[in-house]
Amino acid sequence: MKIVIINYGAGNIQSIKFAIQRLGHSAILSNNVKEIQNADKVIFPGVGEASSAMHKLRASGLDKVIPELKQPVLGICLGMQLMCNSSEEGNTKGLGIFDVDVIRFSNKVKVPQIGWNQISNLKTKLFEGIREKEHIYLVHSYYAPLCNETIAESEYDLKYSSALRKDNFYGTQFHPEKSSDVGERILKNFLEI
Amino acid sequence: MLAKRIVPCLDIKDGRTVKGINFVDLRDAGDPVELAEIYSREGADELVFLDISATEQKRKTLADMVYRVAEKVSIPFTVGGGISSVEDVDVLLQNGADKVSINSSAVKNPQLINDLAAKFGSQCIVVAIDAKQIDGRWMVHLVGGKVPTEKELFSWAKEVEERGAGEILFTSMDHDGTKNGFANEALAKLSTELNIPVIASGGAGTIQHFTDTFVYGKADAALAASVFHFKEIKIKDLKEALKGSGIPVRL
Repeated sequence: MKIVIINYGAGNIQSIKFAIQRLGHSAILSNNVKEIQNADKVIFPGVGEASSAMHKLRASGLDKVIPELKQPVLGICLGMQLMCNSSEEGNTKGLGIFDVDVIRFSNKVKVPQIGWNQISNLKTKLFEGIREKEHIYLVHSYYAPLCNETIAESEYDLKYSSALRKDNFYGTQFHPEKSSDVGERILKNFLEI
Repeated sequence: MLAKRIVPCLDIKDGRTVKGINFVDLRDAGDPVELAEIYSREGADELVFLDISATEQKRKTLADMVYRVAEKVSIPFTVGGGISSVEDVDVLLQNGADKVSINSSAVKNPQLINDLAAKFGSQCIVVAIDAKQIDGRWMVHLVGGKVPTEKELFSWAKEVEERGAGEILFTSMDHDGTKNGFANEALAKLSTELNIPVIASGGAGTIQHFTDTFVYGKADAALAASVFHFKEIKIKDLKEALKGSGIPVRL
């Protein structure tokens, strides 16, 4: 299986590569359009700030390439957020794959949310074998509200989308690569889609 | 619901864990990777590695260790100790660290917090603050509590938040090593005044101390070293006790 992690200069992607290795596969880091298009699975990571990440995607033309991909694609954390219509962070447009706008948590709660929260209302094969209310690790200040494409929800301040899916595109707000055994299973499920 | 975090802290010197760590089942008590795997299996939510080495090869040795830990461990970890520049942080994150913790360098050059938050995002910048009470005021200290500064804990913590830190790791030098409990009054004040998570450190001796720091200290996470290293408290027992007290934990 050819797994490509899109490398556009956003954050810690080493951990994702290692998590895939622990599952017995290997992944390559690439920003090469052909290589990404020819992959069996594509992982779209992202740590950092939304508008500057979008800027990097536009500069490399990946903003046009990603929404056209036909194989399973998994956006993680900021990667998932960039796949939405827009983000309040730096007031940027997103890739428009998921029909939802990313907004900031209110100051009624500590921001960023850092740590282990629970996922529930789990849908799709991505969560096969995962029990309701398992804990996953996340770090974020912005969130996607619940919408038609929500396939997992968490609660912090309010209920929001912890994972999204549209067609071949999946996104998780949490970091499966940092979510211990639960995250490992979710990554494994993705690789088997 | 967001769980309260239990965070073992490992001191690292020249890529090896220091202090007698009492794990009988350990093949190599000095290997940070093996220890990290054990803590991860036992249910630690996060790990902190504090590098105390002072050699010229320090940076490369630490980066190598980070790489080896990230390769094996599937829970988040923070690296601290002598980090003083954007380049230092870049290397550690590239090698797989999730967060970095800065302390003295932030006091000496507060702009570093802004620079790191702008480049890497607040979520991976932890500012560690060591403080102790002098004439009733909590004063920030450096070098493990040896060197006093002019900064007062609460105003410094507020400044650190405003400059873009994602989390504060507060160690009370008055409580550290005493095993008499965490500095809950100061912690609660920090947690109420700030809108970023606060990690409690210094003073853990019993399970009750952890319960108290989450309930009365309003801490988001609690860090400890020796009670875990010497198996005085098992993480699983601790978490079950916390759950029994109605504190949300990951079990």
